[in-house]
Amino acid sequence: MKINLKIWRQKNKDTKGSFKSYQLDHVSADMSFLEMLDVLNNDLIHKGEESVAFDHDCREGICGMCSLYINGRPHGPQQTTTCQLHMRTFKDGETIVIEPWRAKAFPVIRDLVVDRTAFDRIQQAGGYVSVNTGGVPDANEIPIAKKVADEAFDSAACIGCGACVAACKNASAMLFVSAKVSQLALLPQGKPERKERVEKMVAQMDEEGFGACTNTGACEAECPKGISLTNIARMNREYFGAITTSYEVKVGGGD
Amino acid sequence: MNWFTNLLTSTLGRKLLMALTGLFLILFLVVHLIGNLQLLKHDDGHAFNVYAQFMTSNPLIKIVSYVNYTIILVHILWAIMLTSHNRKARGSEGYAVSKNSSAWTSRNMGILGSIIFIFLVIHLKGFWYEMHWGGIQTVDYEGKTVKNLYLVVAAAYAQFWYAALYVVSMLILGFHLWHGFASSFQTLGLNHPKYNPIIRFVGRAFAIVVPVLFALIPIWMYLNQDIYNK
Repeated sequence: MKINLKIWRQKNKDTKGSFKSYQLDHVSADMSFLEMLDVLNNDLIHKGEESVAFDHDCREGICGMCSLYINGRPHGPQQTTTCQLHMRTFKDGETIVIEPWRAKAFPVIRDLVVDRTAFDRIQQAGGYVSVNTGGVPDANEIPIAKKVADEAFDSAACIGCGACVAACKNASAMLFVSAKVSQLALLPQGKPERKERVEKMVAQMDEEGFGACTNTGACEAECPKGISLTNIARMNREYFGAITTSYEVKVGGGD
Repeated sequence: MNWFTNLLTSTLGRKLLMALTGLFLILFLVVHLIGNLQLLKHDDGHAFNVYAQFMTSNPLIKIVSYVNYTIILVHILWAIMLTSHNRKARGSEGYAVSKNSSAWTSRNMGILGSIIFIFLVIHLKGFWYEMHWGGIQTVDYEGKTVKNLYLVVAAAYAQFWYAALYVVSMLILGFHLWHGFASSFQTLGLNHPKYNPIIRFVGRAFAIVVPVLFALIPIWMYLNQDIYNK
């Protein structure tokens, strides 16, 4: 099949980018979207031109590295990651517009690659469970209700790709942050640091310059992993509960 | 009090204020509507005038009204703050192609709210200002002298454009509530599979019933001018 491409090209963070058109005449319908871009890059290298930079890693839909705003939607027209999107989804002769994620907190580094380290910093602020060293605990030592485990697992399915931020008109990261908060808040292992976690993660999220949620639901609709808005409500509950009831333990016990 | 300022300045806290003030204003709409429905009585405005007098003179209502003005202001100011913050977060470069996967009302709360604000200014000038500081005729009920706000309302709704403005504004209010009602619950974290369907249903029913009843008053009074403007 023939495919026309309009791709955002930008040299680096500081230069202004623009769209450039390309044409591919022999695209197989069975190619993944990223394989199609590999073919394009091969052509460009042969012609001595600069190849198109884009993020990718596992190409199995679980690492969260691939991004791309394809024809007006993050990860393209299907509820999947870009690496799991196939060219059969598109029509022969179709023009596909490819843009990077757009958000102030996700600056474009080059072409279609954006800097998503803001997510890493949010995770580092509190998206973990502190485990003291010692023997390996038995896997089923703490009983967890199946439904709770399932709910936590659904939240944990978030791969941190940033499609929620890309889709949101406010560039809000709340679906991501709430999934990370929920995943640990639901489980007994996450309870000791529960209040501190949500306070720190929300503070970091604001620090990074993400927007506020207006409950449009665009993130939920575009999330390749089906993370639901329920997580955001849970994060709100966690946050309001934490900030109004948490207290800091003073080292040495104070007076 | 550091935690308190953190709460109010965080994105979540600002949304919390939007939700709480929004819910208060929803309650206010109910009270306002119940009062206004007395205009539909064909009693030459007796019930409505007595009610209007009570609402402007009772000390407790007075306190509530000042709370109400404050809440309207907070709702507007925080909306402006959030909108400008969200615009900045979106960044300078927009998408060339963008397909929407969300409801129209949810994306346009700011525009809907701005139109409601313009309506509010006209509405307050027309009735609230007149009632407080305008030269309104008075009427005597059982020896008590009461301002005849009913006459002002009847004269206003006798004008086609005035009545039409109110009907259109109520339509806009309906759209604002369509998203706002359920959205405030989500922001407060009140989201549970057991209650979500009820919240959604009540929210949508409210967004239809309340504006329709409000709009019914100018429509009814415009169509029945022979009764209202004797």
